[in-house]
This record gives sequence, structure tokens and C-alpha cells, in this order.
Amino acid sequence: MRRPRSRAAFVRVPVTTICATLVATLVATLGATLGGVPAGAAERRVTLVTHDSFALSESVLDRFTERTGIEVQVLPLGDAGQIVNQAVLTRGNPVGDVLFGVDNAFLTRALDANVFERYRSPAVDGVPEALRLDPKHRVTPIDYGDVCINYDKAWFAERRIPVPETLEDLTERRYRDLLVVQDPSTSSPGLAFLLATVAEFGPDRWQGYWKRLRANGVTVVDGWEQAYYDEFSGGGAGGDKPLVVSYATSPAAAVVYADPPITRSPIGTMTGSCFRQVEFAGILAGTKHRAEARRLVDFLLSPGVQADLPLQMFVYPAVADTPLPAVFTANADTADDPYTMTPARIGARRDAWIRAWTGTVLR
Amino acid sequence: MTPTVRARLGTVLAAAVPVVFVAVLFGYPVAAIVGRGLAPEGTLDPEPLRRVFTDPALRGVVWFTVWQAALSTLCTLVLALPGAYVLARLRFPGRSLVRALVTVPFVLPTVLVANAFLAVGVPRSLGAILLAHVFFNYAVVVRVVGTRWRNLDPHEAEAARMLGASRWRVAREVTAPALRPAVVAAATITFLFCFTSFGVVLFLGGPTRTTLETEIHRQTTRFLDLPLAAALSVVQLAAVLALLWLVGRSERRAAVPARLRAAREIEHAPRTPGAWVLLTANLLVMTALLLVPMAVLVVRSLTPPSGFGLDAYRALGDLRRGSTLFVPPLEAVGTSVRYALAAATIAVVVGGLAAWAGARSRSRWLDGVLAVPLGVSAVTLGFGFLIALDEGPLDLRGSAALVPLAQALVALPFVVLLVGPVLRSIDPRLREAAAMLGASPGAIRRRIDLPIAARALFAAGAFAVAISLGEFGATTFVVRPDAPTLPVVIARLLGQPGEAAFHAAMAASGILMVLVVVAVVVGDRARVGRFGDF
Repeated sequence: MRRPRSRAAFVRVPVTTICATLVATLVATLGATLGGVPAGAAERRVTLVTHDSFALSESVLDRFTERTGIEVQVLPLGDAGQIVNQAVLTRGNPVGDVLFGVDNAFLTRALDANVFERYRSPAVDGVPEALRLDPKHRVTPIDYGDVCINYDKAWFAERRIPVPETLEDLTERRYRDLLVVQDPSTSSPGLAFLLATVAEFGPDRWQGYWKRLRANGVTVVDGWEQAYYDEFSGGGAGGDKPLVVSYATSPAAAVVYADPPITRSPIGTMTGSCFRQVEFAGILAGTKHRAEARRLVDFLLSPGVQADLPLQMFVYPAVADTPLPAVFTANADTADDPYTMTPARIGARRDAWIRAWTGTVLR
Repeated sequence: MTPTVRARLGTVLAAAVPVVFVAVLFGYPVAAIVGRGLAPEGTLDPEPLRRVFTDPALRGVVWFTVWQAALSTLCTLVLALPGAYVLARLRFPGRSLVRALVTVPFVLPTVLVANAFLAVGVPRSLGAILLAHVFFNYAVVVRVVGTRWRNLDPHEAEAARMLGASRWRVAREVTAPALRPAVVAAATITFLFCFTSFGVVLFLGGPTRTTLETEIHRQTTRFLDLPLAAALSVVQLAAVLALLWLVGRSERRAAVPARLRAAREIEHAPRTPGAWVLLTANLLVMTALLLVPMAVLVVRSLTPPSGFGLDAYRALGDLRRGSTLFVPPLEAVGTSVRYALAAATIAVVVGGLAAWAGARSRSRWLDGVLAVPLGVSAVTLGFGFLIALDEGPLDLRGSAALVPLAQALVALPFVVLLVGPVLRSIDPRLREAAAMLGASPGAIRRRIDLPIAARALFAAGAFAVAISLGEFGATTFVVRPDAPTLPVVIARLLGQPGEAAFHAAMAASGILMVLVVVAVVVGDRARVGRFGDF
């Protein structure tokens, strides 16, 4: 074994070098990153607070900057529920200028806390009445989509079992142990599906429905990722349940991201189980860039962004008559008659329903 | 100023740095968010606190949190202590790789690990929670106890054997007391991690099992019930403080000075059949418990639907190119590494000062203070950052400096734990001799303390790098959107539709594993002379 050399010569050099290198890295990192913080109002910029699933084509955003001279910083801060709560907590000194991604399930919490200032975008005229849920124009509808039950086509075809069509069907014996849903207290689609059942069965009978679902072996997991990847047999990651709460556009996403490419989606949508979600944008009260923020809201309703939404976020554009990509029209579904509920009703009862659901399904 | 006064002043100043660090980055934000919850109008409302103890469901949550953490800690100790011995004392081919591999789980994203556990057939259950807690914390025991075991002078044990003591008696009366501080420290940290464990409980426990951590998260992010979330945070904090206080008290009484020696003089190849059995059995445990779930992740990253190969790694660079979500994988690796190096440097400097100050006093309160952040909910701290660090000189929201600072907060207690015992074990006669020969106090620090602690500092730094690479809870609240770290990239990939994104997430975690192995191997290999071999 090699014996160490005398320590006097050996010790000093490496320690000093190592320390110097590390300190240099530290200074460089902190310097570079601190230097990147906006210096002031010299340049025009606007910060868009949004959820983690937000996506737009880089080129579309660049066009906005080219046309207006305004730079957009996108700040994803968690899921739809979290961004609303953070906006409520930082009211008056918001971390951004525009918030995109509050949906009808959490809308009243944001409106009641006055986190938005009023702005009526001229472009909102192109949005159907049914999506304009705030008559006071504190928020502007940008897109919508349906939370629905997806099914694994091959699973049902192989067993020659008909695909369930209504929520009531799911309590039948032949669909025992097949469905996976998300906990509404931790998941957005989970909450939407709970709202669908309340809308269908009414305030007195929805808990009874969940009792029957529970007796029929419904699996509850924490979030969409766990449901889709750990449990759903159509998710491609080893699950064995052929029914999952996901989105009406999931069949299209399965085609777009298939590798090797496919033309026909392996999953389908139970259109009788859908709850409509509408996503809104609003200008955060306390913004220091009001003019820029308004331009950004207008931009979100512009044809360029609206046409980009389907393949970026797998949602439907709010502006009527926006052309849809072919893969979307061929594979994505929308419910003709989805379950809906007014934001006021959701806001008043949401937390109580979630608590009651927890008591019925989990305890 | 007399030399004694100056020395004491130096100690106080050295202790002040970590205290201020923790006070500003942890104490202030947590106080702000808890204050907002419990005293929204400036006067304290005790009602939410009363609710925690009167509502049977919430009482159940508190009780489950405590006992699952205690049981998890026990399981971890039982399985990992023999492993720590084997990796510390026995020399065998590939040992440093094994040492690095057992550290990897510690930094893996819980959501992927949960998927791997479910894939190998572990059902969502209490057992799954316990297994996963052992999986994640095995490294804590191996690192903290192993470091001590490697350098523990076997001379006393051999002498006792020679004098006729049985093996069992030697283990109980000689080895155990000498190891005790390290075991208690590792157990404490493991307990704190299990106590505040979030992803494991959520993904592997199923929705019926709720801990304080998951309940605080639910109340904060879903119901925005800040009073109740604050009350739960207070209960969590009180439990952590009580535990640390008890540990500190019992340790002060039980402190036993131990002689340390260079590891290479102690370790040996397995000589007896017993040693071989021990080695084999432990390697089997490590394989079944640690390597199999890791292997599942690696295999999945190599077998996307398009067939065996590197497609998932390529997808990482192609998927969603041209979208605002897209981050080139190399850039994310660079960001992660830069943050991790910065965080480790901060942790080593601040933690080194804390260890140095701690070694010069008999009291251990500083170790305890630095461990508190491990026992508090990441969502409480994250929301605290949001409302506390928003004005004046502390306006750090959106500043990238906050990321390494937050990560350093998590790595700090480990640095103190790994470096403190080494500094404490320096023979005072060595310092006295140097002083007698005319060395100034500064020269003693530079020529004796620093070289001896250098290796421990380096190993602690490498571990801090590993911790920072994998840190998710605090990072997710402070990370800059255009410069995400690897765990944040993984989380974003998993939220995207499509199977390709899922396999790309696996690929990203494969890269994360490689980075961690490199960090730990480099840290373990670094040698600074013979005296640095501690």
C-alpha cells in the first residue's frame, strides 16, 4: 500500500485549492443568478403566474414580444389550487402581474379575496356566453376542457364487456374493481369528478352513490400521475385498471406522444361522465405593469395563442371558431352535454363536499 | 484582550453565523406564516390549536405521524446498522461503489420510487411506507454511523477481548457506548425525515393514511385553512423541539470520549466465515431493498415503448422542444450541479463554523437548532418564504440565491453531524504541544484543526451536494421557472400527458442517479494526507 507523504507538503495545497475553487463557484453562481434579476422599469416586462401544466409555443410568445416590445416571464407555481392560494396570500404585493389557470372550481375563492382587478378585454366578445362566468370581468375565460372517465379500449374489447356509459353503470357488478379516481382534496380532476357526481345525483343522493362506488371497489389515489401511470392499464406504465378519471383530450395526447407513431388512440372517453372546467386569466391587483398586463390578457385570446392551446395544453380554445388541429378533431372528445355547476355554488359548498366525501369514501 | 477572552469571542462569532442563517431563512418565514394563521388580527386565537387535540380525526393524524416515524426509524436502524458496519470495516472489491449506490435512494424523487415499489408488487399499505422509509434513510445511517465506525479505534475492544470479555459484552460495554452519539444522531435525523415525510405517505400509504405533513399540505394548498395549518405546524414544531431537547439532554449525560484512528489501519478483508456470512447477508439486503427499486427505474428508462435503447434519454432533449415547458436536459443538469455546489459550499462553511464552535463547548444546543428545519413541513416553509421574504433587503422572491440557501438549510445538520465528532476527537495534547512550540492560535487552527477536519468536511460537502441535487420540497417553492433543477424537471414531465413524458422522467432520474454516484465517489476518494483520513 502506498504510504502517505509527509503531511506538511501534502496538506496545505489541496485544502487551499479546494476551498478557492468552491468559493469561486459559489460567487460565480450567486453573481450570475443575482445579476439576472430585473434591474428596474427600464425594459417592459410582464410576469405570468400559472400552474405547472402551462405551455405555449416559444415562437408564439416571441411574436408577442416582437410586436409589443414586452417580455413575458412565465412563473409556474404549483397546481390550480396552489396558485390561487398563493395569490390570496400575497394579495397587494403579488409575485406576478397576470395569473392564468384559475378554474371554475376555485374561482370564487380568488374573487372573494379580491386578488384580481377588473379588465374587460375587447377579445372576450368572441367567447361564447356559457364560458363567461364572471359578469364583473375580473377574470377572462381563456380555454375549457372536460374531466371525464377514460377507458382502455383493448381491455374491454378483449373481454367483450361493453364500455360503461353513465355514472350509474359504474356501480354495476361487471365493473367491479375497475375504476381509479383521485382524492378531491389533493387533485383537480378528482375534485371535478366529485362535482360531476354531485351535479348528477343532487345534494341528497351523491353520497349514497359514492357508497355504492366504494362497495364496487373504486380505487382512490392521490393525484393524476398516480392514477394514470401507476393504476391505469392504458397509461403504459404497468397499471391494471381499465377505467380512470382523466381528460376528454387524453386520447388525443396518447396519439400525439405515441412512439412508435399510431393513428388510432388506444383509449377512449366515457362522454357521459364529464365535468366542464373553464380556465381563466386575471390581472393581479397591485401589479406595477397594468398596461402590459392588459396587453397580455388580450394576447391570450388572440388567434395565435388560441390555435396553439390544443396541442400545448390539450384544452379547447375559448374563442369560438378557432381552427382545431386534425389529430384533435379525430381523437379528442368533448361531451355534448357535460355536467356544469355555477362557481358560486361550487364556492359555497366545495370544502364541505370534500370533507363529506372523505368521510364517506376514505374512513 | 486576553487569549482566553479572544478564543471565547471567536467561538461565539463562529456560532453566530449558523444561528443567524437559520433564524433568517427558517425562523422568520415560519414565524410569519404561523403568525398569519394563528393571529390574523394580531391577537392569538387558540381555537385551531384546541381543534387539533379535540377533533378525533386530527388526534389520530398526530398519533399516526408519531408512531409510523418511530417504527420506520426502528426498521431503518435494524436493517442499516449491520450494513454500516460492513461498509465501514470490511474491505472488499467494489466497496466504494456500493457505498455510493446506497446513497442514491436518499436523493430520488418519491413519486418515481413509489411507482417502482408498486411495479415490483408492493401494495399501497403501511408496510410500503415502512419499506420506503428504510429505502430513503438507509444512507443516513450508513453515512453518519459508518463515518464514526470507520475511525473508531478497535484497540480498546481488542484489549477487552484479550482480558476475557465475551463478544457480546464487548459490543455492549465498549463498542456501543463509543458509537452511541452517531447512532442517536442518525436515528434522530431518520425520525425527523419520516416524521415530515410527504411523498411516501401520500403515494404509498394511499389516501386513507394521513400524517401531519400531508394534512398541513392539504389544509394549506386545498382548503386555504391557514389557522388549522398553522396549528398543525405548531404541533409539529413542538414535537420536534421536544424530541431534540430530550436527545440533547440524554446525550450530554452520556457523552463518552472515543479514540479515533485512520480508517485504513482498522478496516480489513473478511477473515472468518462469520465475516463472510455477514458481508453476504448485508449485500443481499442492500440488493433487495435498495438496488431492485433503483434497477426498476433504470430499466424503465431504457425500455420506452419504442424498444430497448436510449430513446427516453433522447426524448428528454426533444420532447416539447419549442414549448415554454422545454428545458434542454444538459441545461437542467448544469443548473442542478451549480446550485448543488453553491449549496454545499454554503453548508460546509456555515456547518463547519457550527461544528467548530460546538467542539469547543460542552453544550450541544447548536446541533439541535440546526436540525429543527428537517422537522418542519416544506409547504409551511415555502409559503413562509412567499409572505416573509418580500420586502426590503430580504426581498428574495424570484432571486436564484434563495435556491442554494434553501438547499443548504437542509444539508446543514448533516455537515455538523459528520464534522463535529471529528473535531471533538482531536487530542487536546496535539494543540498544547503546538502551542508550546510557539504556534499561534491561528496557526493551530490552520495546521491542526483544518487538516484533520478536511476529509470530514470534504465528505460532508459531497453528501451536501447529493442532498441538494435531490432536494425537492423547499426547492419547488423558490426555483426560478426558467432554470429548473432535475427533480423539478422530473415533476414537470410527470404532469404532462403521454407515455413518452413518463419514460423521459425515468431517464431524468437515471441522470440524477449518475450525478449522485459521482459526487459520493469523489467525496469518498478525496484524501488530504494521513491525518485527513478521518
